[in-house]
Amino acid sequence: MGGWFSSLFSSLFGQREMRILILGLDGAGKTTILYRLQVGEVVTTIPTIGFNVETVTYKNLKFQVWDLGGQTSIRPYWRCYYSNTDAIIYVVDSCDKDRMGISKSELVAMLEEEELKKAILLVFANKQDMEGALTPTEVANQLGLAAIKDRKWQIFKTSAIKGEGLEEAMEWLVEALKGAK
Amino acid sequence: MLGLRRDKKDEEDGFSLNPFNNLEKTSVLQEARTFNETPINPRKCCHILTKVLYLINQGEHIATTEATETFFAMTKLFQSQDVTLRRMVYLTIKEMADLAEDVIIVTSSLTKDMTGKEDMYRAAAIRALCRITDSTMLQSIERYMKQAIVDRNPSVSSAALTSSLHLMRSSGDVVKRWVNEAAEAASSDNIMVQYHAIGVLYHIKKTDRLGVSKLVSKFTKQSLRSPYAYCLLIRIATKLLEEESEGRDSPLFDFIETCLRHKSELVIYEAAHAIVNMPNTSARELAPAISVLQLFCSSPKPTLRFAAVRTLNKVAMKHPAAVAACNLDLENLITDVNRSIATLAITTLLKTGSESSVDRLMKQISTFMSEISDEFKIVVVQAIRSLCLKFPRKHGVLMNFLASMLRDENSSNSSQGGFDYKRAIVDSLIGIIEENPDAKEAGLAHLCEFIEDCEHTVLATRILHLLGREGPRTPSPSKYIRFIYNRVILENSAVRAAAVSALAKFGAHCEELMPSVVVLLSRSLLDTDDEVRDRATFYLNVLKQGNKALNSAYILNGLNVSVVGLERALHSYTLEPSETQFDMKSVPLATQPLAEQKTAEVTPAAKAPDKVAATRQDIYAEQLAAIPEFQGLGPLFKSSAAVQLTESETEYVVRCIKHTFTNHIVFQFDCTNTLNDQILENVTVQMEPTEGFEVLSYVPAASLPYGQPGITYTCVALPEDDPTSVIGTFSNTLKFLVKDCDPNTGEPDEEGYEDEYVLEDVEVTISDHIQKVLKPNFAASWDEVGEDYQMEDTYALSTVKTLEDAVKNIVDHMGMQPCERSDKVPADKSAHTLFLAGVYRGGHDVLVRARLAVDDGVTMQITVRSTDETAAEVISASVG
Repeated sequence: MGGWFSSLFSSLFGQREMRILILGLDGAGKTTILYRLQVGEVVTTIPTIGFNVETVTYKNLKFQVWDLGGQTSIRPYWRCYYSNTDAIIYVVDSCDKDRMGISKSELVAMLEEEELKKAILLVFANKQDMEGALTPTEVANQLGLAAIKDRKWQIFKTSAIKGEGLEEAMEWLVEALKGAK
Repeated sequence: MLGLRRDKKDEEDGFSLNPFNNLEKTSVLQEARTFNETPINPRKCCHILTKVLYLINQGEHIATTEATETFFAMTKLFQSQDVTLRRMVYLTIKEMADLAEDVIIVTSSLTKDMTGKEDMYRAAAIRALCRITDSTMLQSIERYMKQAIVDRNPSVSSAALTSSLHLMRSSGDVVKRWVNEAAEAASSDNIMVQYHAIGVLYHIKKTDRLGVSKLVSKFTKQSLRSPYAYCLLIRIATKLLEEESEGRDSPLFDFIETCLRHKSELVIYEAAHAIVNMPNTSARELAPAISVLQLFCSSPKPTLRFAAVRTLNKVAMKHPAAVAACNLDLENLITDVNRSIATLAITTLLKTGSESSVDRLMKQISTFMSEISDEFKIVVVQAIRSLCLKFPRKHGVLMNFLASMLRDENSSNSSQGGFDYKRAIVDSLIGIIEENPDAKEAGLAHLCEFIEDCEHTVLATRILHLLGREGPRTPSPSKYIRFIYNRVILENSAVRAAAVSALAKFGAHCEELMPSVVVLLSRSLLDTDDEVRDRATFYLNVLKQGNKALNSAYILNGLNVSVVGLERALHSYTLEPSETQFDMKSVPLATQPLAEQKTAEVTPAAKAPDKVAATRQDIYAEQLAAIPEFQGLGPLFKSSAAVQLTESETEYVVRCIKHTFTNHIVFQFDCTNTLNDQILENVTVQMEPTEGFEVLSYVPAASLPYGQPGITYTCVALPEDDPTSVIGTFSNTLKFLVKDCDPNTGEPDEEGYEDEYVLEDVEVTISDHIQKVLKPNFAASWDEVGEDYQMEDTYALSTVKTLEDAVKNIVDHMGMQPCERSDKVPADKSAHTLFLAGVYRGGHDVLVRARLAVDDGVTMQITVRSTDETAAEVISASVG
């Protein structure tokens, strides 16, 4: 009886594409992450002027992933794409210590948006393959993640180039979304 | 359910065929919010995008915020992979690129589509991307554009090339860097890609004449696949030939001629068209082109027949003999089922045919006049007009034909849009009346009939003006009064006003009609319209004075001032209130564009610059007024045409324009430095005047870099002690400080040296002191000025042999306006009277009557009348 119920549940869940935004400062590795998730390869990228949108399938689940450009001039347009978002992947360049503050203020401003109140937050401390990268804990501290109370969130150490950490993050995301339903 | 509802709605709409008929902007934009929903319904979204596009193309105004909101909603549609929807999105991006803000948001998505695997997307994505990209963003997509230009897919390559052409306007520098890619595309096998690539190459090199001729010679040597590319090359070659004015033995001409034997009809036609339209082609060069067109005339394809006959029609006036060779083929086309072809054939025959064939052709043409479109009717009208000039004796037949065309158009009244056609007829009738005195009365009668039922105010007022000018001087002026007065009763205010003016002219000119005209005018004193009432009151009062001079000044001959100048003068008068009255003489006179057109009638090309000349003086006046040194000189009286003081290929090119003021002449020197390794500074033109003239001041051009024209002025005072010595010769020297500079950077050396350059002399002639003025009624003005200052003298003009030459010489020498068409000497006459009118410097009217008689040489009795003694003396002295 229970097995029947859960299979129906998952098929219903599978019908709707989950909508995910990948945000973060320019050069953090958002586009690389998007295509690593979609095709499993590292592609050469140029700074994104505008956005890329792709459908990513993970464990038979479909995600509609929006990668929005991180340049200062494009950040104001992020809000045009907030509505109906299920999860946010916020990508941070762990080596870019100088701009942690800017990254934090962008994150804080975004989380205050009404349209994103229900979205789950994943923070990727990216570029862990590089020397001198901050640890996830240090990144979490710098971004002040501990202050987030009313939202499900998690930080991951990732390297988009090497493909490390993405699997775990997606695993966690799937579980978290199921829980949210 | 949805379908059912829609059916019902259609019924309510009453079978309106256009489903978008009653779209409302707000509701459509509301609907566009659907784009934000997930999942996307491609069909529905396509439909909404169609509505948005429909609204934009109907000219609906969408404010920036609304447009931006809709645009951003639309960007969400990029998540759908539906091909149709994506292409609709591209279309919408292009349409909204100028309406919405921040459209660059789709740059990445479009870049991805243009480089992606889906061929359906790539070309369209390139076009959309280039539409939203400005020069600052172009750098970031440059790499992809270069790749796309040389892409193997022809539609992608063509799209990239055509987009490059569009980008050329805003970011020419960037596009210039794609020259290698474009050159590679030019060797493509695809005919469109090749054509577009050559187009881009040409535009990249457009400003570099050597580059263009290299381009042409390169591609004319290798054989191209694309007929379109050939056509383009022919056009470029033609342009080069025109600019270089090289002889016909140039390889470019040979290339065009070989194209006459190309296998594609398109190319053959283009080549023939180019050759027949070249200036100064000889009969031998023309013959092959004409014979190709002649062949086309008997082609089974209507388009070819049409193209051929249309081209022949255009060049028939220029090369009547060459086109006459095709007469037989053209005769066959008269009965062509395609009426456009038939019309062109007939009008061509009219142009080339002899006087005897006119009647037959006119009969033929009238059988199908009602079946052809307005555009071709105009062609017929123009043909008739030129025919009338060619065979003045045929004016009866031709004018009757024109009049019946007018009448038919009026009675059928089918098309509201017949204005251009009617205007062409009226223009032609007026033209014929002006050219041919024998046709005047018949023509006026036709026009009178026309204005009885004419719904076009512009035409009615023109005709009334003509009636007012010409009517009073016909043998029986009274018969026009009825037609004119009918207008006062029946028409709108603009026509009524024109009719009142026309009536007044009859009253002023014909004494016996005066009492009746006064009665008629007094009826308009209570007109509902201000302008009509004012005119009637004014004319009535002038007429009641019974003073011929007043009649002439205020009714028969209107104001001769420049309207722009009058406006400026009145404006400055109101700005600085003063005790003195506004002086009409301080207003610059209108230059007479009309007059120059008549003398330059031989070459139609000369008309264009003359039109500019009408406002030229106003521009100069403004420029001069801005220079503090010339502030006290008073109003600008006259600006002469530019005179070259150097050969056009010398180191420094200088031309001079003489500006005459009340007591001064300002010489304007337009200088161009053609040496790219020099910068000239402190440039002046030193003038050595003849006796009596005094150079007052120089206004130097501060700096004259390579290729940028600069202006320097020299101000000269006219002799004060002897007001009659106004003519002189000035020798000129260009003086300047040279600084050598690097030709590439334009960076000058610190040190310079003084240098000078001798220019040709400038002459000040009598015509610099006289402004042309047209007196529509010369006799009235002659009486108005009176005999107070009259000079009379008789001369024998030994050097001229004919009356025409004499008239031309006198007009050129005096620089005055011929009136009453007296510059046209009727054929076979041994005596002629020339009337000239002008205004002398200072605003004094000058009239000249020259009686000419031919007898071995030409004898001339010249009478000068003026309102000022000096003026009369100067002018009469200038003849001797």
